[in-house]
Amino acid sequence: MSGGLKEAVIELREEDALRIAGEELQGGTDPLEVVAACREAMDVIGRRFADGEAFIPELIMAGEIMTGITAMLKPYLKADSGGDKLGTVVMCTVQGDIHDIGKDIVVTMLDIAGFNVIDLGVDVPVAKVVETVRENKAQVLGLSGLLTVAFDSMRTTVAAVAEAGLRDDVKIMLGGAPVTDAVVEYAGADAWGKDAVAAVELAKSWVGGAS
Amino acid sequence: MTLPENWNELTPDERLQVRLDAWQNIPIEFATPEVAKAYRDRVQLYRDVLELKKPATVPIAPWIGLLPFRFYGHTGKQAYYDYEIFKEDWFRFHEDTRPDGLGLTLGIVPGKLFDILDYHLYDWPGHGTPDDTCYQYSEQEWMKGDEYAALIQDPGSYWQRTYLPRVFGAMEPFSMLAPWTDLVEIPFTAPFFAGFSAPPVKEMLKKLAEAGDAAMEWLQAAMAADGSVMAGLGIPQTAGGATKAPYDILGDTMRGTRGLMLDKFRQPENVKAAMERLVPQAIDWAVRSNNMTGNPLVFIPIHKGADGFMSDADFKELYWPTFKAVLLGLIEQGLVPWVFVEGSYNERLEVIADEEIPAHRMVWMFDATDMARAKAIVGKRQCIGGNVPAALFAMGTPEEMDAYVKDLLGRTAQDGGFILSSGIVLDEADPAVYHAFIEAGRKYGK
Repeated sequence: MSGGLKEAVIELREEDALRIAGEELQGGTDPLEVVAACREAMDVIGRRFADGEAFIPELIMAGEIMTGITAMLKPYLKADSGGDKLGTVVMCTVQGDIHDIGKDIVVTMLDIAGFNVIDLGVDVPVAKVVETVRENKAQVLGLSGLLTVAFDSMRTTVAAVAEAGLRDDVKIMLGGAPVTDAVVEYAGADAWGKDAVAAVELAKSWVGGAS
Repeated sequence: MTLPENWNELTPDERLQVRLDAWQNIPIEFATPEVAKAYRDRVQLYRDVLELKKPATVPIAPWIGLLPFRFYGHTGKQAYYDYEIFKEDWFRFHEDTRPDGLGLTLGIVPGKLFDILDYHLYDWPGHGTPDDTCYQYSEQEWMKGDEYAALIQDPGSYWQRTYLPRVFGAMEPFSMLAPWTDLVEIPFTAPFFAGFSAPPVKEMLKKLAEAGDAAMEWLQAAMAADGSVMAGLGIPQTAGGATKAPYDILGDTMRGTRGLMLDKFRQPENVKAAMERLVPQAIDWAVRSNNMTGNPLVFIPIHKGADGFMSDADFKELYWPTFKAVLLGLIEQGLVPWVFVEGSYNERLEVIADEEIPAHRMVWMFDATDMARAKAIVGKRQCIGGNVPAALFAMGTPEEMDAYVKDLLGRTAQDGGFILSSGIVLDEADPAVYHAFIEAGRKYGK
């Protein structure tokens, strides 16, 4: 790689990043090198976020650049050459709540970190969550909610996962503005993350890769 | 309220006193002289805390959503569609709990109206969300990224012909009509009105008239509900009008959170110009509604400038300048901005304690902000309040609530300038914990 891509992503220069990625790919650079440069850049942005030097707009803009580059990469990558996935995470906003911003950022960050992420969307029925966790042998389940009604949905969802005999196989993390330790206890989940970086760290700590 | 004839000659402080007097001496018939006195005494609590004086007791003014209906076995859907339940539960709740403020009756919204208007901007119980939830915003780019120029050129026309047809199904035909500003001279009048002969426009006008009736039916119920609480229990309203920060107008229901965050990188100058264009609208909206209600408090929920939602530099350069202009415009008119700060504002306290905003002229109600710092930084200039967490109401014990309120008031309310409230609008609470909140407020707020 002739360079410049990682810096362009880190500095959130969208047009430059997309242009450089396109030039690299057309010039014959190994697409996995492009993926690696993007991942390194996202690591830097994630660290800045954790350190209070970058904020949600920066994460969203970085995610937008990643989406653009991922689309460019598709014709160059074989279906299974994206590297080994760290593990499978099922994500949703729980039943009765339709807020998606926080959940979407977590989905993007988990994806970039190398997880296979299954995003069920918002207002997701309990049965669908259970079925998806079972079918995909998910190691982590992320439940998001902004409203206090979500507390009960989180609790019901966790109970249904246990009822289905899956509780020992899946770690459950919660997220959303009103979530606290008390909500984790109330819902019977394992932990909560205050933001997307914390969610990625939790998932990594549970699925082998030390955080 | 009718403004005095010399209004334009009054200073902002004189206007404020006129408005506060009108609020305290509201022309309604109270149940008894004792209730009338209780009402005036309660308004006095707010007058005192606004001036950062120690009130007779710390005013207790929680934000109430669907809580009353949950207390008495009803759902959100019933609250939004059955106005008898709305009125009865609203009164009963305030009678049972006796807070010092009556807030957000407007938040118990009329489902029938939105059914007629085919409102796309929100889901509500009976229409997209489960029966026992509150209304929820449907986050989308309702304003497209390439529409800033149209908005900035003529917000009224943009709203009428582009935004409203998108967010209200019933208003789609507005996009077929010319802007009202075309109506300037006799020869151009007929071409303008010809648009009204189109069948979809005629159908729209019928629906709007139906919507008007549905809105009036609800308004009468809401006024009766508020009237019974004020006249029967002596509890004043803590919102006389409303407005929003320009950044939130764009970010909440136009460009959406994500859209506006990307615009910050892609077209920052357009974002700034649009916010500046919206400042006079934001001021005028509140002035008109507060003049109508005769209550000086302006409810301003703020969202997208919270900690984590942008950098400090962006808050200072992007969010604060136009919001500050709105606050100054309201204070100039003798109104009291009552800002409902959702999320945490720990990183913003130094900025919002802005010395160019006259001291003792507004209220900051916080949610998840460090209240000791808020008191030290913002509380030395303006009244503050809020902070009791939603999770504590929903899942705590009465003992935990008592301890929390004791600690909070001990740290923030000892020398006045504080209003006890929930951090967010309450849809859920354990009744015993809610009563413990009120009792603790009375006990430690003396």
